[in-house]
Parts: sequence; structure tokens; C-alpha cells
Amino acid sequence: MKSVVFIEKNPIDNLLRNVSLELTHKAYLLSHPLGGEVVGIFTGDALPQNSDELFKYGMNRLLYYTDERLANLHSIAYKNILESMIRSEEPEIVLFGATHTGRDVAPLIASSLKTGMTADCTQLYIDEFKDKGKILYQMRPAFGGNILATIITPDPRPMMATVREGVMLLPDEHLNNPVITEAYPIDFNEHWIKSEFLKIVPKIKKVDFNSANIIVSGGAGVGSAENFRLIRELAHALGGEVGASRAAVDFGFVEKDHQVGQTGSVVRPKLYIACGISGQIQHRAGMEESQKIIAINKDPDAPIFNIAHMGIVGDLNEIIPVMLRYLKEEN
Amino acid sequence: MKKIVVLAKQVPDTANVTVDAMKSDGTVNRAALPAIFNPEDLNALEMALSIKDKLGADVIVITMGPPKAVEILKHSLYMGADRIMLITDRKFAAADTLATSYVLAETIKRIGNVDLVLAGRQAIDGDTAQVGPQVADKIAFNQITYVSALKEITDDYLVVERDGDVQTEVMKTGYPVLLTVTTEANTHRYPNCRKMLQFFRADLKDNFNETDRLLAAENGWIIPTYTLEDLELDEDRCGLKGSPTRVHKIKSIMLKGGDLKMYGTDATDIKHLVRDIMKDYVEVN
Ligand SMILES: Cc1cc2nc3c(=O)[nH]c(=O)nc-3n(C[C@H](O)[C@H](O)[C@H](O)COP(=O)(O)OP(=O)(O)OC[C@H]3O[C@@H](n4cnc5c(N)ncnc54)[C@H](O)[C@@H]3O)c2cc1C
Ligand SMILES: Nc1ncnc2c1ncn2[C@@H]1O[C@H](COP(=O)(O)O)[C@@H](O)[C@H]1O
Repeated sequence: MKSVVFIEKNPIDNLLRNVSLELTHKAYLLSHPLGGEVVGIFTGDALPQNSDELFKYGMNRLLYYTDERLANLHSIAYKNILESMIRSEEPEIVLFGATHTGRDVAPLIASSLKTGMTADCTQLYIDEFKDKGKILYQMRPAFGGNILATIITPDPRPMMATVREGVMLLPDEHLNNPVITEAYPIDFNEHWIKSEFLKIVPKIKKVDFNSANIIVSGGAGVGSAENFRLIRELAHALGGEVGASRAAVDFGFVEKDHQVGQTGSVVRPKLYIACGISGQIQHRAGMEESQKIIAINKDPDAPIFNIAHMGIVGDLNEIIPVMLRYLKEEN
Repeated sequence: MKKIVVLAKQVPDTANVTVDAMKSDGTVNRAALPAIFNPEDLNALEMALSIKDKLGADVIVITMGPPKAVEILKHSLYMGADRIMLITDRKFAAADTLATSYVLAETIKRIGNVDLVLAGRQAIDGDTAQVGPQVADKIAFNQITYVSALKEITDDYLVVERDGDVQTEVMKTGYPVLLTVTTEANTHRYPNCRKMLQFFRADLKDNFNETDRLLAAENGWIIPTYTLEDLELDEDRCGLKGSPTRVHKIKSIMLKGGDLKMYGTDATDIKHLVRDIMKDYVEVN
């Protein structure tokens, strides 16, 4: 069972996006036991600086087509190039990161290949299906996160899926696959470039959930932007990052970058402290895989307690200052 | 004058899912959910209408869905759409994004000479964001997704802001093009009172009796519907038949529950909690 993985870089720092490593490893777990290869496909102005990293996560070969005109996302050009690579490899599985680039190009390719594609999968596994043999089972939340659906593509190949960054885990152990990169020949056509990029403004990322062991998040229960200072102080005292529910973002307590959940970031820290967050499904979708969850909420029936490992029922405005005091003492 | 097609979908209001929205077997009870105009499709329609205000345009709203979806088409008329089309047929049922985009793309080809297609970024029932691009592919249009602002529009080109995930891009492109539009793009207008009075009786042809039908036709109250046959579509590419994906299993999300350790709120309890956090999670160096 051969897999093809779309490899993407961050145009700002020229480094691989995490999701490309995560999907390479996932593809390895799916394909390797069945004797299948993992092939990366890349297009852009130049290969990511650290593309060799991919081979530590299970990549067998990386196909690329580079051209300085392709520094930015020209949908039609990207689609034609990547589709050609996929057709030449004839994989059974094709994985794209559910980034704003992946979600732009992947559906164009699925349409052109007349095959099925499942967006934003949270779990992927292989199993038998009737007389079709082994196929890919793709699980994803639907209906605003209220149900979990398992989607399959019994017939046409390849079976395509997108996965959001942070959803698939990276292994601790590294492989040492040889680095094999192959320039893929393309008859580039000027007409594939249809838009002009007049201006590009990098988004300054103020929040780093990936390297944080602890995330302290505040919700609507925090009450005001002024009170949100407590969340920042607690995060700071613990050496952690600040998270938030969408309600806290919508009320303007904190910037959108901090949002955790279905429409925010998916996080998986060692410890997640949810303060004044009820624990609605869309929020849980982004944090329930945290190793340990502490909930501070004045409502003992808040759904967050159903997934928490430690909890306090009470007013966060009284509890957090006490925590901060003891933290100072402990240090 | 531009010919603009807006793709709009009626969706269950997944933001307000209540307990009775889930059946005991774990499937969704659509009947218990109010049906609404997909939020980002309203932003797409608003963009079309703002272009019409500026340059003049023929704004055509199309939806593929059950007869009940006339509700969003009427709403489109109230907001100022020029034409509406309901694409409806039992044979379209259970379509995935590939089959849906086939039907919508064929409809756009039948309309002909379209300059601009506007879709919502995604529909809140499936959140797939696939239908827009898949239509663009089938009608061989250029596309720009995640459009968060329309900066400039002329008869020859448009300039939009695209909300990429690591950078914001200001892009210029000619026609024809398909854009998928996000909630940030604009604030949509409300229905216009005069248009509401004009069209509140608009309905499907079969819902008028013989005597009223003539009057309804004269007043433009009959909502045009198109079936698989009307559009001369390939049945194998529609509905379930034309959908490569299958829903294998559905389960409703249940809370795990389990080992919850509670701490009290007095100072010593909080001290214990802080100790536990420090011991296990904070590296002291
Ligand atoms: C399509 C869609 C996508 C969404 N995406 C996301 C997403 O990515 N992330 C997200 O978070 N949400 C998302 N939501 C919104 C989600 O449904 C909830 O509305 C949101 O998570 C609620 O935030 P909250 O828990 O902070 O607020 P609430 O539900 O209002 O809960 C506030 C909690 O604070 C407690 N509280 C109040 N005062 C205090 C106090 N003084 N001390 C202690 N506790 C107190 C209350 O008991 C309550 O439990 C999405 C919704 C939709 C429809
Ligand atoms: N049945 C439909 N009829 C008309 N437009 C649709 C339909 N389904 C999806 N769309 C359009 O495609 C967008 C993306 O939908 P989706 O891929 O389902 O997230 C929506 O916001 C609509 O603009």
C-alpha cells in the first residue's frame, strides 16, 4: 500500500511545516507494515532547507519540481504539477495537510482524479473491507463536532485525506532512511500562473503551542480582559503558554492566535489547565488529547469535569491568586 | 456588466445542537435542527451584491438541495439577487463533494458566460471546504480560496486579500475566477423590505393552484427548479452513485468520564494542587 504525502514549507523561514513530518510518519505507519513506500511530493521555489528530516520519519523518496515563479500558491500550477506526480506514482493513499494551502489544492486534485477525499481526519487506519481487501478508514468529526464519522472510499484510487497540524503524533525514535530526492520533469506552462501577488504580509505568530509542556487556558468565565491577566500570570509562573476558548476570543479578552479547538489550534501538552471553560465539544476537539487536564470552574456540572483528571469547583478569580502565591513560595 | 454566480447551501444549524438533535442510535435527527443559510455563503452573496452596486451585475444564486431549500433562495431575493435556481432531484440525494460539484459545475456551464463564481469557504454541516475548489476545477476557472477582503474590482480584474495560514496575500487576477469567501470578508446586508413585499409569496410551481399560477408567473413568484433531466446530467455522476466516499459508521461523541481527582477551595487544598503540578510538570533548574 503506497502512500504519497504532500510536503509543504513555511515560505517565511523556508523550513518544513510540522504537519508534513507528522503525515510522513503517519504514512509510514500505514504503508510500511504492508510493504508500501512513502513518497513525498513538493513544489515551490526551492526545497525546504531541512527536507532531509523527512527521511527520519519514514520517507522513502521525495519528488520535487522547483521554479522561482512558484514561491507562492498558484493553485492551478500547483495542482497540475502535484497531480502529475501522483499519477506517475499510482499510490493508494494520498495525504495532504489541512493547511490553507492543502485545503486549496487537494480538492482540485481529487476532482480531477475523480476520487474521494475526506477533510480534517483525526484518525486513519487500514482494515479489510468486504471484497475490496485492505482500505483506509478515515475518521473525522462532523456536524459541528457533534458526531464522529468513519468515511471510506471503497472504489476509485487513490484514497485521499487531509489532516490538521498537531493531530498526528511524532515518534520519539528516528529512522535512518537514506535521503533520496528526485527532480521531477514537468513541461511547465506559463498559463498555469493566473494570479499576481501584489503584497505579502507575514503573520507574526505570537503563540507557540508546539513546544509548550503546559498550557493555561481561559474561557468566558474569566469575565473580562482585565481578569485575563490572571491566566497570563499563571501560564508565566508555570513556564507555559496561554490558551483560550473561542468565547474568550469573541469577547475580546485575548487575541485569536490563542484559540484552542476545532477552529483554533489542536494542542497536546503534558498539562492543560482550563479556567472558566465549560468544555463544549468544539473546545474539547482541540485539547482532549492532553496528557493531564485540570479544570477550574464554578459549575460542578460543567462538561469539562468529565474529561478532567484534576478539578476544583470554585471561582477562578479567587483560586488563581492563591495558586500564584504558592507557586512563588515553591520557587 | 458581470455575470456572477453565488453557490449557497441550506445547512442544519450545528452551532445550536440540542439534546434531541441526536437520536438514541447515535445518528443525527435533522428534523430537530433548524435549517439556516450557510453563514459564509451569506458573505459570498454580500460580495456579489456589493459588486453589483459598484459595477452593475447579474447575480444568480444557485443551490442544490431538497425543495425546502427555497427558503434560502427567497432570502437571496430579499437581499437583492436577480435570479435564483433550485437544483433538486431525488437522484441527487447523498451526494458527496465530488457529485455535488459535478451538478453545480454543469449548472454553471448551462448558464454560460459567467465571469465570477463566489462560494462560501465551507459549509458548517460538513466543514469540508471542498465544493468550491472542485467546482473551479470542473469549469476550468482560476480560484482563490480563503478570501478575507475584496480590495478592488474593475471590469478587467479584481484584487483580493487571501488569508493564508502563515501569511496574508494580496492577489490580483483577471476573469473568470472562483473565490471562496470567509466571514471576515464583509458584513452582510439585511433583507430589503420592498423586496420582501415583492417576493414573500414566491414558491415552487406545484405549491400554487391553477388559478394562482398565472398571477404568480406574472409576478416572478415561481421559483425555477431544475432536475437531473432538465440539466441533461449523467446519472452515474450524481447523488450516491456519483459519490466515491461512503459513510461507514457514525457515532455520537460521548464524554469519557473517569479518574477525576477533586481539590477543595481552601488554601491548603490549593497548596496541594500546586505541589502536585510542580512535582510532575515543572522542571526546576
Ligand atoms: C463551528 C464552530 C466552531 C467552534 N470552534 C471553537 C473552537 O475552536 N474553540 C472553542 O473554544 N470554541 C469553539 N466553538 C464555540 C463553542 O461551541 C463554545 O461556545 C465555546 O467553547 C464556549 O467557551 P467557554 O467555555 O469559554 O464559554 P461558556 O460555555 O460560556 O463557559 C464558561 C464557563 O465558565 C464558568 N465560569 C463562569 N464564571 C466563572 C468563575 N468566576 N470562575 C470559574 N468558572 C467560571 C461557567 O460555569 C462556564 O462553565 C465553536 C463553535 C462552532 C459552532
Ligand atoms: N448543495 C450545494 N448547493 C450549492 N452550493 C453548495 C452546496 N454544497 C456546497 N456548496 C458551496 O460550497 C461551499 C463549501 O461547501 P463544503 O465543501 O460542503 O464545505 C459552500 O459554502 C457553498 O458555497
